[in-house]
Amino acid sequence: MSENRSYYGRPVLKEPAWRVPDVPGYLFLGGLAGASAGAAALCDLTGRAGLCRTYRAVAAGAAVSSVGALIHDLGRPARFLYMLRVFKPTSPLSVGSWILAPFGGLATAAAAAEFAGRARWARPAGIGAGVLGPAMCTYTAVLLADTAVPAWHSAYRELPFVFAGSALTSAAGAGLLCGGRAEHEPARRMGWLGAGIELVASGLLERAHGLAGEPYRTGRARRLLRAATGLTIAGAGLSAAGRRSRVATGLAGAAYLAAGLCTRFGVFDAGIRSTRDPKYVVTPQRDRLTQTT
Amino acid sequence: MGFFTDTSVCIGCKACEVACKEWNEVPSTGLDLLGQSFDNTGGLGADSWRHVAFVEQRVPVADEVATVDLGMPSVGMPEQPAGDGDTAVRWLMSSDVCKHCTHAACLDVCPTGSLFRTEFGTVVVQEDICNGCGYCVPACPYGVIERRETDGRAFKCTLCYDRLGDGLEPACAKACPTDSIQFGELDELRDRADRRLAAVRGEGATGARLYGRDPGDGVGGAGAFFLLLDEPEVYGLPPDPVVTTRDLPAMWKHAAAAAVSVAAGIALAFTRRRR
Ligand code: SF4
Ligand code: SF4
Repeated sequence: MSENRSYYGRPVLKEPAWRVPDVPGYLFLGGLAGASAGAAALCDLTGRAGLCRTYRAVAAGAAVSSVGALIHDLGRPARFLYMLRVFKPTSPLSVGSWILAPFGGLATAAAAAEFAGRARWARPAGIGAGVLGPAMCTYTAVLLADTAVPAWHSAYRELPFVFAGSALTSAAGAGLLCGGRAEHEPARRMGWLGAGIELVASGLLERAHGLAGEPYRTGRARRLLRAATGLTIAGAGLSAAGRRSRVATGLAGAAYLAAGLCTRFGVFDAGIRSTRDPKYVVTPQRDRLTQTT
Repeated sequence: MGFFTDTSVCIGCKACEVACKEWNEVPSTGLDLLGQSFDNTGGLGADSWRHVAFVEQRVPVADEVATVDLGMPSVGMPEQPAGDGDTAVRWLMSSDVCKHCTHAACLDVCPTGSLFRTEFGTVVVQEDICNGCGYCVPACPYGVIERRETDGRAFKCTLCYDRLGDGLEPACAKACPTDSIQFGELDELRDRADRRLAAVRGEGATGARLYGRDPGDGVGGAGAFFLLLDEPEVYGLPPDPVVTTRDLPAMWKHAAAAAVSVAAGIALAFTRRRR
């Protein structure tokens, strides 16, 4: 029989109803908030008061905006609290809501206490948020992968690491952009580590998975992911040059943050496109069947 | 309880689509002429819980199942014997519906508990709990469930939950004039389907197959399964769907490892001796 038979070329799957920029924005902000909260907790424990203040503010701001983006995307925004009606381990969105709610609360509380001058109160809340932070960065990868969307599901091994690296560089970017000059060094190091993880993971993501991975290698997703790679490398390089130049530091920060956005929008776009053409669904399944019989 | 849809006797009347809309008060999708044979519904969705597919295929004349001569008077050219290269049009019609999967991805991923398994083994959305998060939509490996834009919540076939509660069969099965749609206990339907498959194959339909019948398949067996006359993708169905949550433990493991790498990255960056 011929390849790629389909019903008038119509999609087999439904395209995700999630809106742009709400959901890719939510993925970016969640990663930024999570890594920033972790950084804030460590700044606090290692006596970097200025950078701690910056990171607490970034973590709280990004957490609150990510909740805003999530609520805005619901078909029934008034029913947001229904997310916490049950706890379902089989639903990454349920697990994620149960991470996001305490994380958002603690990050906001830590920032509020910090800016109200109650450092003693800020510390426990900040450490709590810092502990939940890494989970905030990567659960969103499971959120995407736990669908029938070919490009997302097939990439379930790589996506968490792409998001992990990207969250570290985003937080590094925020630190370089907003933090005080004297305390840039750890943010710089965080950026390099994050850039390393992201470049390796997204390299794997783009090369692997045969046909199901094709949407990452073509069209708008490819352009966005290429831009993310370029910006990440630029950020890493500029941040090194930034030891002597304020402008370079600022540019490095902006490049890292823009890279984080490009990564999320690129991954999101590839997934959407893989639901539109039935070949991404049918061909891998057909191959699986012919292999087993 | 479930459906067995025997597409070999479907006549494409769309009585099921109409009966479903009427009984369940499913809103109209408007007048949409798709130019795809007699199908102007296109596919299942929030406002189409039954969908009749019309497949037109060119097949060699020999493959055409023999027609019965009704002895009607006719006009036009006299019959000519078919040559070797001659083709004829074959019609495949099939009424599609939510599969009410034994392992239902939509139900697994729903964060609110709005999707639930009924006492009949079917999968139903509770409208007063759905918050329109849309997660069920890309989770379904068959592209069935959808968010209704005007309303924000997700909708799909309920297998007429209200009628089952009253001991009635679903509206589509009731309306089907050829018994293409059969409703009943799954075990009994499976036996019936096996017998029907043997009969159809015996009559020369070598492409006939059952789809969704096997309780060992990727969704644990579909609560609505089919006798098809060609490959599933020809009808717009995925050939080997797998419930996405089968890989969920592995996904969480990778996400946990990635989270640890975030924590390690932050720790490395911040605990190095200060200069
Ligand atoms: S076919 Fe789709 S909507 Fe129906 S039960 Fe299975 S996963 Fe859910
Ligand atoms: S849209 Fe409604 S039914 Fe679907 S997963 Fe979300 S809450 Fe559940």
